[in-house]
Amino acid sequence: MTHDEAITSAHTPPSYLEEKGRHSGIFAWILSTDHKRIGMLYLFTTVMFFLVGMALGFLMRTQMLSPQGALFKNADYYNALFTLHGVIMIFLFVIPVVPGSLGNFFMPIMIGAKDVAFPRINLLSWYLYVIGSVIALASLFGSGLPDTGWTFYAPYSLRTHADIPMAVFGVFVVGFSSILTGVNFITTIHRMRAPGMKWMKMPLFPWAIYATSWVQVLATPVLGITMLLIAVERLFHVGIFNPALGGDPLLYQHLFWMYSHPAVYIMILPAMGLISEIIPVFARRTIFGYTAIVWSTIAIAALGSLVWAHHMFTTGISDISATVFSLLTMLVAVPSAIKVFNWTATLYKGSISLEPPMLFALSFIFLFSIGGLTGLMLGTLSLNVALHNTYFVVGHFHYVIFGGTVFAFFAALHYWFPKMFGKMYSKAAAYTAWGLMFVGFNIFYFTFLVLGVMGMPRRYAFYLPKFQTPQVIATVGAWILVTGVLIMFGNLIWALFRGEKAEENPWGGITLEWKTPSPPPVENFLEPPVVPDDPYDFQGAFAR
Amino acid sequence: MSEMAVDRVAEAAHAEEHEVHRDYTGSKIGMWLFLFSECMLFGGLFIMYAMYRADYTQSFLAGGKEMNTAIGVFNTIVLLTGSWTVAMSITAVQRRHKKLAIGLISTTIGLGALFMVLKLFEWGQHIKHGLYPASSELAGHHGKQVFFALYYLMTGLHGLHVIAGMTVLTVMLILLIRNKITPEHSVALENAALYWHLVDIIWIFLLPLFYLAA
Repeated sequence: MTHDEAITSAHTPPSYLEEKGRHSGIFAWILSTDHKRIGMLYLFTTVMFFLVGMALGFLMRTQMLSPQGALFKNADYYNALFTLHGVIMIFLFVIPVVPGSLGNFFMPIMIGAKDVAFPRINLLSWYLYVIGSVIALASLFGSGLPDTGWTFYAPYSLRTHADIPMAVFGVFVVGFSSILTGVNFITTIHRMRAPGMKWMKMPLFPWAIYATSWVQVLATPVLGITMLLIAVERLFHVGIFNPALGGDPLLYQHLFWMYSHPAVYIMILPAMGLISEIIPVFARRTIFGYTAIVWSTIAIAALGSLVWAHHMFTTGISDISATVFSLLTMLVAVPSAIKVFNWTATLYKGSISLEPPMLFALSFIFLFSIGGLTGLMLGTLSLNVALHNTYFVVGHFHYVIFGGTVFAFFAALHYWFPKMFGKMYSKAAAYTAWGLMFVGFNIFYFTFLVLGVMGMPRRYAFYLPKFQTPQVIATVGAWILVTGVLIMFGNLIWALFRGEKAEENPWGGITLEWKTPSPPPVENFLEPPVVPDDPYDFQGAFAR
Repeated sequence: MSEMAVDRVAEAAHAEEHEVHRDYTGSKIGMWLFLFSECMLFGGLFIMYAMYRADYTQSFLAGGKEMNTAIGVFNTIVLLTGSWTVAMSITAVQRRHKKLAIGLISTTIGLGALFMVLKLFEWGQHIKHGLYPASSELAGHHGKQVFFALYYLMTGLHGLHVIAGMTVLTVMLILLIRNKITPEHSVALENAALYWHLVDIIWIFLLPLFYLAA
């Protein structure tokens, strides 16, 4: 027996981190077509942009300490801050982060594949993402400070001094990257599942990536053409969105939100998939209602493309269309709620262990529920008219996207860190970071909801003195939140270099990524993986 | 299983590792998905056309009268013939008629070039008549202004796709000459042809919307 083991270990192929390919140094990474290395490239770049975006947000919050502005008296700077914060966080971080990094790394492994269907196009997607990001950021050094907000609304974006054509072209290129990733992932899931992995035996994270990819393929081009039209309008004055030349600026908003509302589901669906992976592992129970989760994922992707005009209730669209879009918005809440019920039902009578990934996942459910319910409030026509363009919208959005997507991303980072790097982080530091983030987050954004109801409009550099107390409370919350985030990344980076060697399967996961060494070898598996009948059958797994 | 059979399996697995991953159906699925996204790209413009046409019906009808229907219809025939020849080139490759395939693909590229020349001639005529965005001729005529804006945008974006298609087909030509496209591995050419058909189909929608509208 020992003899056999010695032979096996001598033949164990190197992990994807150690593998020596044709290139060396940094080229071994930026020219690699291995989906795991590309996932790492995405992880590194997206987290970099997150930290930049967070720094900009930090400056905005600090400015808001005083009604006359604590940092600067020039509102242009504040306009630049919220525009950049939005563009970076949405287009360069939240949209690509989960599919690009964790989707690239884990989706192929979880379906038992060696790689994605088109590895070279996968690498091309990352390059397009980086090039698009550089173009978008380079536009800052053009003609003036950006001041349109991340939405580039016409007609203002047609006459501002900022270098809009370059910025929107950057967004177009990033969008193209997103389309190619979607095409790649859909093909991979259709063609490369391991023998025996039927659709309804597939883990829920690949399912979420699958639905997301469809939204990426079908919705992103609409944004692409809209962004190009803004650039063409600026360069050739064709008048397509310009009311002075016969165009209709509202049409811009329609086209923009036809993508950008589905984009919210590009952000949240993969995060929901992550939560569906983590909850059963730390509750030691099979996921409740697998089929319902799958169908609700598809329903969210489909319904999410029919609700865009709820961003436009106050623009003067007709009462009939406003009512229809309000109703459809209510409908999207149904599949989202189904998921929340399924996760909580999974916890029921489970053997819950509150490891760091689980704490992040549970806070996802809490924060996402607040985000979802405030979303319903905003979807109600009468309330929307009062709350539109206030801090309430900003609070709602951050509850869904930061409290939802980003907390799920952090949960998955802690869940899969030992798998990706073969190292374990300090749990004490992870608990501390989580505690600070959770408390800071709620102080910060719940105050935003209150400020919104009080009537504080968004995107104002200065405000009435009566808002100062809640503004200061929110800023203090932001500081606590930022401290937590920095401790968390510090802990993970420390673990990357100094962390103890992790066990092969520290959490007792049973999906396929836990049936291969940590970090995984280049070909993902040492031998063809055996697909279980039920991806979350913990009882069966323990009986064996 | 005999020892020899085991060896053979191991050998096959080894060979597979070093061969490039080839999946005919996978490549086709990928191409179709990309074409879906192309349809959505043009979809945004078609929505704009629909909305502005409802807003400015009379101007759109008047704008249609400025179009040279003869050239438009002739160009349609040019593009459709190109689609026909590129489709035949796939059959030619599969029947190992390499020279014929080269001729057919070259014909498609040539027809694409002819289409573009005629298109640019048309644009030149319009511009000569002062029919271009923000021209003095169109000043004050909101409906016509928008009609011509859409005309240039949609035929322009379509023209870019024709050029992209010609580029892709030129690459296919080189691959075919270098024997990288063979009867066994012709999926790249098939996908290129699919792209060309898409370019055709979009034109088939543009023709009635602009030329036959009047």
